[in-house]
Amino acid sequence: MGDIKLFEVKEDILSDNDAAARELRDKLHRDKTFVINLMSSPGAGKTTLLLKTAEALGSEFKTGVIEADIDSTVDAEKIREAGVEAVQLRTGGFCHLDAAMVKTGLEGIGSESFDLIFIENIGNLVCPAEFDTGAIKNAMILSVPEGDDKPLKYPLMFTRSDVLLVNKTDMMALADFDTKALRRRAAKLNPDISIFEVSGKTGEGIEEWADWIRKSVREFS
Amino acid sequence: MHELPVTESILNIVLKHAEKNRVSRVVSITLHIGGLSDLEDEWVQHYFDYLSSKTAAEGAKLKIERIPIVLKCKKCGSNIQISKDELWATDCPECGDTGDFSLVSGREYYIKEMEAE
Repeated sequence: MGDIKLFEVKEDILSDNDAAARELRDKLHRDKTFVINLMSSPGAGKTTLLLKTAEALGSEFKTGVIEADIDSTVDAEKIREAGVEAVQLRTGGFCHLDAAMVKTGLEGIGSESFDLIFIENIGNLVCPAEFDTGAIKNAMILSVPEGDDKPLKYPLMFTRSDVLLVNKTDMMALADFDTKALRRRAAKLNPDISIFEVSGKTGEGIEEWADWIRKSVREFS
Repeated sequence: MHELPVTESILNIVLKHAEKNRVSRVVSITLHIGGLSDLEDEWVQHYFDYLSSKTAAEGAKLKIERIPIVLKCKKCGSNIQISKDELWATDCPECGDTGDFSLVSGREYYIKEMEAE
């Protein structure tokens, strides 16, 4: 038995994924493809919101979707009508997407010819928060029935998101949801977060969110 | 839930350092994990024991040090250490101002050091 010695390691646990994500982001910058990583719990309305967003943007940008949510019920016909191409990622039973999986998706859709790509991440507010996907911006959806106390339960997700979409505002009257409290709690964890109140059902607030996308895509390209 | 890929990453980094330092057996690994992370200590050790079998890190003990969640009030500049249960409070306990904070620590995901022979 030798002597036990202490060795400094000083490395981030996810350094490999972080490096892969940086590489991917560099490529997206070169290609001028703006990628939004969309995260939420199952049932928060990612797909419906995505369709409404695509409708609002019309044919302004060449838009694509990388679909990873196993729960998703994207209607391919509807998506095509909105002028959006989609690829489905086989994620097995994974609880999150990492940069390597997103790279496969981007290659699958041929990302370099797109202006804008949405990644529909796996429905989960825990695991996707730890893994950088290489996307340019992270957006999370929180739906009104889930409650205004979500930042307390999934704080990491709020620190990682550039945009918070409060969805299903049409159900506000039915739920005991304090938007002001949510805004304060979210801002405490992430003062730079942009918050939009939207309804995938009625279309309320979608135009403000679409404007944010338009501005971001134009500034990016 | 994501403990398995995280543990795989820890093992790969540790084995790389074990080889570089020409050690035969890793005894312990110290991790710094931020208070905002949902990583479960017990599961990480469990997965690690499984994955590290027949490697230089077999039997190594994971020492997980939690790094506190610290917020800085932008108005008065105070650093406030809070627990996950205190995230609901939106006022600064020092100056009483309502919420303009930046995150100082709490998101760490880091291998600090290892003991080996």
